Amino acid sequence: MNGHNLRYDLFFYLGILLICLPFMKANTLYVPLVFLGAWGLRRFASFAGENRVIAQYRGRMVNGVLAHRRLTVAVCLILALLAPFASSSYLIEVLTSAILYAILATALNITVGLTGVLVLGFIGFYAVGAYTTGILTAKFALCGFWLALPLSGLAAMLCGILLGIPALRLKGDYLAVVTLGFGEIIRIFLTNLNGLTGGPNGILGIKRPSLGFFTLDDPRAFYWFVLLVLALIVLVVARLADSRYGRAWVAIRENEMAAGALGINVFKKHLLSFSLSAFFGGLAGSLFAVKQGFISPDSFTFYESVLVLCMVVLGGIGNVVGSVTGALLLIVVPEFLREFSLYRMLVFGAVMIAFMVFRPNGLLGSRLITLEIKDREDEGE
Amino acid sequence: MKGSEILTTEALSVTFGGVRALAGVSIAVREGEILSVIGPNGAGKTTFFNAVTGAYAPTGGRVFLGGVEITGKGPDEVARLGLARSFQNLKPFAEMTLLENVLIGREIHMASGMLAAILRLPAFQRDEARQKQRARDLLAFVGLERRRDQLARNLTYGERKMLEIARALALEPKVLLLDEPVAGMNPTETGFVMELVQNIRQQGITVVIIEHDMKMVMGISNRIYVLDHGELIAEGLPHQVRANPAVIEAYLGGGAHA
Amino acid sequence: MFLQHLLNGITIGGSYALIALGYTLVYGVLKLINFAHGEIYMIGAYLGFILISLIPAMPPVLQGNLFLILPIVLLIAAAICALYGFYLEKICYRPLRGAPKLTPLISALGASIFLQNFVMLSMGAKDRIFPQTIGMRAINMGGVSFTLLQLVMIGSSIALMLLIYWFINRTRLGIAIKATSADPFMASLVGINVDTVISVTFMAGSFLAACAGVMIGLYYGSINFTLGYLGGIKAFTAAVLGGIGNVPGAMLGGFLLGIIEALGAGYFSSEYKDVYAFFILIAVLVFRPAGLLGKGANERA
Repeated sequence: MNGHNLRYDLFFYLGILLICLPFMKANTLYVPLVFLGAWGLRRFASFAGENRVIAQYRGRMVNGVLAHRRLTVAVCLILALLAPFASSSYLIEVLTSAILYAILATALNITVGLTGVLVLGFIGFYAVGAYTTGILTAKFALCGFWLALPLSGLAAMLCGILLGIPALRLKGDYLAVVTLGFGEIIRIFLTNLNGLTGGPNGILGIKRPSLGFFTLDDPRAFYWFVLLVLALIVLVVARLADSRYGRAWVAIRENEMAAGALGINVFKKHLLSFSLSAFFGGLAGSLFAVKQGFISPDSFTFYESVLVLCMVVLGGIGNVVGSVTGALLLIVVPEFLREFSLYRMLVFGAVMIAFMVFRPNGLLGSRLITLEIKDREDEGE
Repeated sequence: MKGSEILTTEALSVTFGGVRALAGVSIAVREGEILSVIGPNGAGKTTFFNAVTGAYAPTGGRVFLGGVEITGKGPDEVARLGLARSFQNLKPFAEMTLLENVLIGREIHMASGMLAAILRLPAFQRDEARQKQRARDLLAFVGLERRRDQLARNLTYGERKMLEIARALALEPKVLLLDEPVAGMNPTETGFVMELVQNIRQQGITVVIIEHDMKMVMGISNRIYVLDHGELIAEGLPHQVRANPAVIEAYLGGGAHA
Repeated sequence: MFLQHLLNGITIGGSYALIALGYTLVYGVLKLINFAHGEIYMIGAYLGFILISLIPAMPPVLQGNLFLILPIVLLIAAAICALYGFYLEKICYRPLRGAPKLTPLISALGASIFLQNFVMLSMGAKDRIFPQTIGMRAINMGGVSFTLLQLVMIGSSIALMLLIYWFINRTRLGIAIKATSADPFMASLVGINVDTVISVTFMAGSFLAACAGVMIGLYYGSINFTLGYLGGIKAFTAAVLGGIGNVPGAMLGGFLLGIIEALGAGYFSSEYKDVYAFFILIAVLVFRPAGLLGKGANERA
């Protein structure tokens, strides 16, 4: 680092201190310090060439996982199945929650990851699904869970189509904001349509589903149930991703104009990915409703939308397995860091920025990982 | 439809704001020929391609493909009807492999539906295998078969140009529009592309080329059209166009563009 | 009654317009929506709060005199927020110049979350009430009741808008901003330092947003760290309504939104007050994406 750089950095740090000054209290004291520390570390790291070594190591690790894809997935699945036996009921609760978020992340990945469309109000579909189930099974007791589940998905999908038809013609930023508006409007309606949705208090008394005489009240049984749903959805999405549909979506993401010139009806494909995302989001919402037993508009805020988005980005755009990983990381890890919950969101925001600046492809990379064996291995060279 | 004309435009015009990028261009492409469209920079050649393929909506005039009017149809519809194009500023799908890039071109030939894809039915597997083979053949045709599993963003410039062509051919079009296929290439590469284009024609595909490289244009074209300032100023056989004073004037004379 | 609502609407609308200008200016040069802009507005409000809280410590001649205090508070808060804008751009946007659109959007979201929580940790999650309200005595004239503060707010908003208009159109830096908005590459070719221009654009937008924040804080008397979210959305709606990228459009959109909101809350329902903005946003984006005065925001090429 030459002298000029050092002086510039100094002014840079001083400026940061200056603007943090009005907000310096006991619990924000660490912020500028950590920031400076991180920045300094980065400077030093690039100077020492360390990040190349780290990148190599990380690359080797990820490649190792990729090479034994099927084995890794099998191992993870077995671990997931066995988890409830080694966990307290609280941990099972956390894991179930993580699984639901994983479904959401996988669903959102279809639109954001594969098709490259930023959606900011995704939680709206979650809400529509949850409330459809709540209204059908609890508020008006019209049908049981097993009918409500697909209906919730379809209701959310319908919302997706209605929203998508006007919105998907817009450019990226505007589309994002319209979806944001959608999420907010859903929440406002849920809060105010008291007769239908129970208003701010929401809907109570949603019962767990039952298979004949066997009710899924036991947290472990319910965990396995949602795990099964996750596995099915991941399978469906992964298979679609490795088919003409997934390729078309990625082509649209990479270069819409070229995709159109090659015969792809871009708008229809957009609508398809959007509706599918909405459908699975609605299914997840239904599961959420019966998990909690009650729902209220407070569970469906913009913050939730952002959280799911982060899971998708963290795991790797377009990476199906990545979304699940991202969900697990963002739900389970904070549980172990509970003492720092005050700083959790602060770190969260900073990590989001850091990821975008340093590793926009996410943890596992944006190259699509599927469950199928690649052709290369089939054909040989 | 007159004779064996496969692609015709009637007084095609495109106006942007106050600028007439294309003014009343009428072109007739005969089936099975290699036609070149040339002209100084800014003459409206790429605009012409865009208007024909539906990337721009023409502000006037009509376009016919094989006798069917395609004016104002979207690019995907036009592609399905048998008109393929490559792009001057290349547009590969960077995060996909070469094979996948070409497979996108095979999309319109794929038959299996969503359910079949999810359930991995035999029909789906056969379809995928067949199209992948076809894609490999196309890559082999342009000499990229060995790189098929590499990401498109790792290609060199020349390889990207080849990918563009292979991708467009994947549509199995009746007419192929190539936008500056040899720009920035050395003579060896240019020779390879010239041979390629002639092979394509031999397969029964009509080829329309926008180019500046006179060696290629004069070497393989059956006929040439010349555009300048959005207007058609000359047409004919290569030797005729070369000697045409209006054409020479356009290239050397007052038609200087930024 | 109508005039009353109109007046209230213009008061708020002026602030919306100031924040909207920040969105529109940044969109002009970067073709990106700065999702963290709302938080700058919120920080401005809190800075105003902090400064106003210092009033008892100031010499008595200043206390209670709106015309002396307000400009000073505005200046300090705006200057600090301009720095926030500078750092926001430097850290969250500049490294991502040229990346696909998704990346800076998420980065901005991260910044938004970070700033919100930073302020929350520092100033508490509960509403902070302004210790002194200034100029809130109601004056009645012709059936319309208004306060001195409202007049000052409207006046300040207009003054600031004139200032920015002069800046954009009459100073070298402002014209450089216009040039960069039109064509960044060409601008760099004629010797404009695009990096500097973008930095200044962020700083100018933050400056205006801070002024709006201080004024809104004084107007409502209480602020919360979530101010930026809703305020940001509404101001963005205003910018889109007027035509994103269009400076007079942002001003027009701001006032219009304020008026529509006030009228809607007055005549229809004040519960749904916040929804009007969303509906306007969606309606504009679907039916006339270019906004009232704009021409840029149309469909994907």
